[in-house]
Formats: sequence, structure tokens, C-alpha cells
Amino acid sequence: MKVIVNGKTMELADSMNLQDLVSVWKVSSEAVVAELNEQVVKKSLWTKTVLSEGDHLELVSLVGGG
Amino acid sequence: MEDRFIIGDKELKSRFLLGTGKFESKEIMQQAIAQSGTEAVTVALRRIDLEETEENILSFIPKGITLMVNTSGARNAKEAIRIARIAREAGYGNWVKVEVINDSRYLLPDNDETIKATEALASEGFVVLPYMHPDLYAAKALVRAGAAAVMPLGSLIGSNQGLKMRTLIEVLIEEIEEVPVIVDAGIGRPSHAAEAMEIGADAVLVNTAVAMAEDPVLMAVAFARGVEAGRMAYLARIGPERATASASSPLTGFLYD
Repeated sequence: MKVIVNGKTMELADSMNLQDLVSVWKVSSEAVVAELNEQVVKKSLWTKTVLSEGDHLELVSLVGGG
Repeated sequence: MEDRFIIGDKELKSRFLLGTGKFESKEIMQQAIAQSGTEAVTVALRRIDLEETEENILSFIPKGITLMVNTSGARNAKEAIRIARIAREAGYGNWVKVEVINDSRYLLPDNDETIKATEALASEGFVVLPYMHPDLYAAKALVRAGAAAVMPLGSLIGSNQGLKMRTLIEVLIEEIEEVPVIVDAGIGRPSHAAEAMEIGADAVLVNTAVAMAEDPVLMAVAFARGVEAGRMAYLARIGPERATASASSPLTGFLYD
């Protein structure tokens, strides 16, 4: 299925959950915030959140700024 | 009478606010925060790099420091509102610096979109600190919209030019009584920060001038002292400028006839 992650369209296995997806990359989940279809998904729900075709996912974190 | 600095729901013991961008390392940023005594810092929200793991900036910001997540990257009110909501839902607090900028050459804020974002976010319970171009009517609109402070630019972000907007900032300080006026952007030296405080600003926000100094930790301390000095001078009531001299000792009793 196609999921848009951080603006890029990606081809993912069907019924993948958010935790699995994040684990694919070297992402330290401690600092990362996941926003799925404009809703923030709490970390405790990542394993239960299954992705669907056409989902928009943003993985963001705090960085230095003025 | 105590000189207290209150924004929204918090009292801050320091009138020096520090940005966390552009530091050479997170360790240096951490020391600058700690040594300067700042109690509020700005941070930004960005998409992560999926290939690289970044250190968590929060582990370098002491507990007890108030986070102000800025909405940098937002080109309009809608985008600014979204960033603020993500930050709050992620647990980063309800203080937001609204920053709505449409050009990368001057990084000047869009006052109209800033007012719209402020109104929406204030009604959702955020403590909103809008970064703005010092227009008196925009400042009044921001106050009506529920801003917890107004943050007029001193000069262009990162330019170190100081208080190029001094006259208009003085107007805001004089006319905006309901909320603190915090000079943000373009402050390049501790003397600029002291100047802002001497003319009656409630606080200043500095980033580039500290982060890009050869010794950022020392510079952060210098700025904190400049802000304190400027505030004390303001409270002590600075004397007027004169066109002619005024002798320091009597012009009589000289040791000659």
C-alpha cells in the first residue's frame, strides 16, 4: 500500500502498524512525534495503529530554533 | 516594590529569553542556557531525517525551563495553528511563539496571518507570544486576539543589526500596557539588549548573537547581564540628554583667584 511519509510516497506492506514502520528506520522513538492524517498518535498506541492506503504520516521532532 | 516579570500563567526570574538554534553543539547550548540563567527557550518542530538518528534536544534543556515551541516553517495562520497543536499534543507545553513568515530573504513576519493564528490559538488555551513587525495597530489587534505578549522585531532575524526598529518599538512600549513587550530578532550585542531594556522593553529574545559567538557560553552570560543592567537603569530612571554641559563639581571655590 502507498503511504506518504514526511512528504514522500512510500510503498509499504499491508497492515503494517506505526511501531513496525518507525522501527524500519534508525528512529529513536523517544524524541519522535507521529502525526497521522493530522492527528497526533500517542506512543502507547503505535503498535495498535495500523496504516492504510493513502495515509499521510508526519514524523517530527523538536530541534533548535529562535 | 518587587520587579516581577509575568507572562500568561508564569513568572520568569530572568528577562533574557534564549533561542536554541545554530549552536555548534547541544552541549554548548546546554551550558549557555544554564550559565545565563534564562528560564524560557524557543525550539522548533521539524520532520525527522529518516536516515539519521538525532540526539533528543530535550535532554540538553534543563527541567524547569519553559519551552516555547515556535511555528517556524508556517507560511500562514493555518500552518502555524497546526504546528502549535502538534507540539501541545506531543507534550511540549502550551506556550507557542507564533512565527508566520513568507519569504526567506528577509524573514519578515506576516502580521495579518499572525493575528489570525493568535486568535485561534489563544481561544484554544495556548499562551501565545507572537513574533511581529512593530505596527501599533497590529499590536493592539494581537492584544485583542488574546496574545500573552507582543514580540516586535528589533531588526532582521540573525542580522545582528540591533534596534533598527527602535522608534516603533518605543511606540509599542508606550501604548501597549496590557501585555509584556519583548524585543525579538536582530539583537547583536549585549549593548543592544541593554538598550531595549533601558527604553522600557519587558524582556528580549536572542538567538544568533549568542549561538554564533566564538564563545557562546560567555556571550550568553554577557547578554544576561546586559539585560539586567538595562532593566535596573530603566527602574532607576535615566536622566535626560542635554545640549550643553552641566558641571560635576561646583564652578566656585577653585584653588586659584
